[in-house]
Amino acid sequence: MPEPVILNTPLTDNVIEDLRVGQRVLINGIIYTARDAAHKRMVELLDNNQQLPFDIKGQVIYYAGPAPAKPGQVIGSCGPTTSYRMDPYAPKLIQHGLKGMIGKGTRSVEVKEAIKKYKSIYFAAVGGLGALLAKTVKEVKVIAYPDLGPEAIRRMTVQNFPAFVAIDIYDGDIYKEKKEVDNLAFLC
Amino acid sequence: MREIHATKIIDIVSKLCQEANYNLGEDVIQALKKACESETKPIARDVLQQLIDNASLAKSENIPMCQDCGVAVVFVYVGQDIHVVGGDITKAVNEGVKKGYNEGYLRKSMVKNPIIERINTEDNTPAVIHYRIIPGDKLKIIFTPKGAGSENMSSLKMMKPADGVEGIKKFVLQKVSNAGPNPCPPIVLGIGIGGNFEKAAILAKESLLRPINQHNPDPKIASLEKEILNEVNLLDIGPAGFGGKTTALAVNIETYPCHIGSLPVALNINCHAARHKEVII
Repeated sequence: MPEPVILNTPLTDNVIEDLRVGQRVLINGIIYTARDAAHKRMVELLDNNQQLPFDIKGQVIYYAGPAPAKPGQVIGSCGPTTSYRMDPYAPKLIQHGLKGMIGKGTRSVEVKEAIKKYKSIYFAAVGGLGALLAKTVKEVKVIAYPDLGPEAIRRMTVQNFPAFVAIDIYDGDIYKEKKEVDNLAFLC
Repeated sequence: MREIHATKIIDIVSKLCQEANYNLGEDVIQALKKACESETKPIARDVLQQLIDNASLAKSENIPMCQDCGVAVVFVYVGQDIHVVGGDITKAVNEGVKKGYNEGYLRKSMVKNPIIERINTEDNTPAVIHYRIIPGDKLKIIFTPKGAGSENMSSLKMMKPADGVEGIKKFVLQKVSNAGPNPCPPIVLGIGIGGNFEKAAILAKESLLRPINQHNPDPKIASLEKEILNEVNLLDIGPAGFGGKTTALAVNIETYPCHIGSLPVALNINCHAARHKEVII
């Protein structure tokens, strides 16, 4: 496989324009975890013209709810959750400047359109890699909604977090292209 | 009557919760290794190798292989000649789950009410417990944590007897195809056929307890399992849904007699973290 693309957050339009579906990436810097319940609250805030718990401009949200850390661990197992559950909320966040999402699985037409229109990117991490992915997390802090437990918003510093470009701004979709064997073999 | 103390049940369930989440069965690991060797696409091999490495890291460090430590599903086969003393068996199972998830640093994923407020119970209880009375004086406890990703892709259909084998295959293939990458492939398919509405669902869940590569004892059903597995693996969903030959590791079918007018079929999808551990007391 070709060398992965090294990415640093926050992401800019220039970086996103260079990304193509199927590319392996290693993400570095700050990312934020949020799942269903946190998304619901964030979109309610936006609907009421209130401020989000963090400035999402240029940021990357990781759809994940980690297991608790054991003594000596930075974080417990921390793999991606299924992204389609965040589809009703994601376009609004993208519209407000969210530049990247990490999750697993397919996205809705509305999310794809928002990705294209506002220049955002969707990365797929491998579902069920919780133990390995936790090793890439160097720092973690709950910054909002601690009452949600595993679903709280966490600011994490990651080092070489592995993922694949799953939906790019050029209509590329890793899950749609899987049948084009030659194309994917090239991408690998 | 043989007596079993409730505290023993608490301790055993607690250990099973941790063991199941830390230690993927050797049958699943072998199936992943075999799949890795047979894949030709580099991306498929890469994903499978990462899954194998992940399982091995989880085992060596006693950490959950997946952050989704699941709904605590417990099958309790109670020998009719035993007597549980020192407390309520259901309370003991739930106490065991609470202890296991707290002491094992496992994620708690249960909410109190499914539609109103959805507040986390913070100890992963209540468990979903299936009891069965069996002959003898043993107590068998099987713990199988089940994540939401694959459970959400499961389905039940009350088919017409006329739909037959072809109808069942079509139903399964459609559901697996629609699920695509969401249930964390390579998946294990548990299919319950017959009984009635709830029996089919339990059969499907129970079939997931079978080791990979162990087929239904009925040769006709076993061959249907192989047929469906082959067809599912032609869907090119592949590991993580990135394409490849390995969409499923196994197809397990359990059947039960049913009404002359019915053909209930339940499909319970499991992710590659096909977790289950058991103890006989």
